[in-house]
Amino acid sequence: MNLEAEVFWLDEYREIGLRELVEMSGLREAELLELVHSGAIPALGQGDAGYRFSARVVTVARAACRLRDDFELDTRGLCVALRLLERVRTLEEEIGRLRAELPR
Amino acid sequence: MKYTDYYAALGVARGASADEIRKAYRRLAQKYHPDVSKEPGAEAKFKEVAEAYQTLKDPEKRAAYDALGSRPQGEEFRPPPEWARQHAGAGAGAGASGFSFDDADFADLFSRFGGGRGARGGAIPGEDFEVPVEISIEDAFRGTTLSLSLSLPEYDAAGHVRRVPHTVKARVAPGAVDGQRLRLPGKGGKGVKGGRDGDLYLDITLKPHRLYRATGHDLFLDLPLSPWEAALGATVEIPTLSGPVSLKVPAGTSASKKLRLSGRGLPKPRGGAGDLIAVAQIVVPPELSESELSLFRQLADQSDFNPRRHFVAEGA
Repeated sequence: MNLEAEVFWLDEYREIGLRELVEMSGLREAELLELVHSGAIPALGQGDAGYRFSARVVTVARAACRLRDDFELDTRGLCVALRLLERVRTLEEEIGRLRAELPR
Repeated sequence: MKYTDYYAALGVARGASADEIRKAYRRLAQKYHPDVSKEPGAEAKFKEVAEAYQTLKDPEKRAAYDALGSRPQGEEFRPPPEWARQHAGAGAGAGASGFSFDDADFADLFSRFGGGRGARGGAIPGEDFEVPVEISIEDAFRGTTLSLSLSLPEYDAAGHVRRVPHTVKARVAPGAVDGQRLRLPGKGGKGVKGGRDGDLYLDITLKPHRLYRATGHDLFLDLPLSPWEAALGATVEIPTLSGPVSLKVPAGTSASKKLRLSGRGLPKPRGGAGDLIAVAQIVVPPELSESELSLFRQLADQSDFNPRRHFVAEGA
């Protein structure tokens, strides 16, 4: 079994649709749409084929699914948790950049 | 297999009520959940807590767990044949059903209760798994092929589980950054009864490097300069991931000044690359020769430069 696995990069350079995001995240479509409408999961836009997302949000949506299951959160609770986690992520990125600028 | 004390994991007594178990789980989940906690070892701790809760919250699983009796945490043991017949299905452990405790973890004993995977119903998709992977900055720059050895649970049609070793090879193209996530479709747990196979998710982190500090696609590098190089300017050779390059340091460079080498950082997936940013540091020789001391004294006598001029308030 030396065959290399197919690799799909989950970053801002790739786009996916709602159906793929549902499949990868484990969230139900209705839950996902509620999170999208609330802004907790950002969509790139809505075309003829429906919502399009940056593949980066797969990580966010999977975290939402874990939080839903592990804390028994409803969608409103998830919205708050995801927004706070996004703020933490942004701040951590900023701290990481500032640390990288500091001499050793 | 090793016995796991689920009550101890949740910090409750063996006779704890369902409500006490739920409250203990919630308290510990808030502390250790990997999506919200930065405590060292939080992920492993949460796994223990979640595994304990999954079993103790379910009356059928809890009864089966309690039937194993109380043992010291981590003690090597094998479920008695009577327990296997009663709780793990006829013939379990005896090899008649093809299910063996030899290939199972402790948690696997309880996985088929309450409609466990494959125990009943139709097609069930395989589980997804997330695996942390550390690669070097050089590998992120050049790309690399990962060879991952994993032990994944597989379920038979009756819901029995066994651990199966897998080796997964994956090519990581140049341009991965710290925090990069990759999805390997179909490389997770096997689907049951025609269900699709789960996916494997790789969480990439970059190993600390002796020279570079990565942030996104940019790299930072400390650039030590002698006082005279900083004052007079110089052309110095600096290491980049694609080999040494010459960098012109302008005259009058102060410590912390950033000198940017465009496109010398990590490659981006759609072309282009981040930057290499050299951060100037002024380094004084630890020991000065007589002639160096003399030259510095001469400079000190003749210069009217005061780097602390701003300490004095205007009009004071």
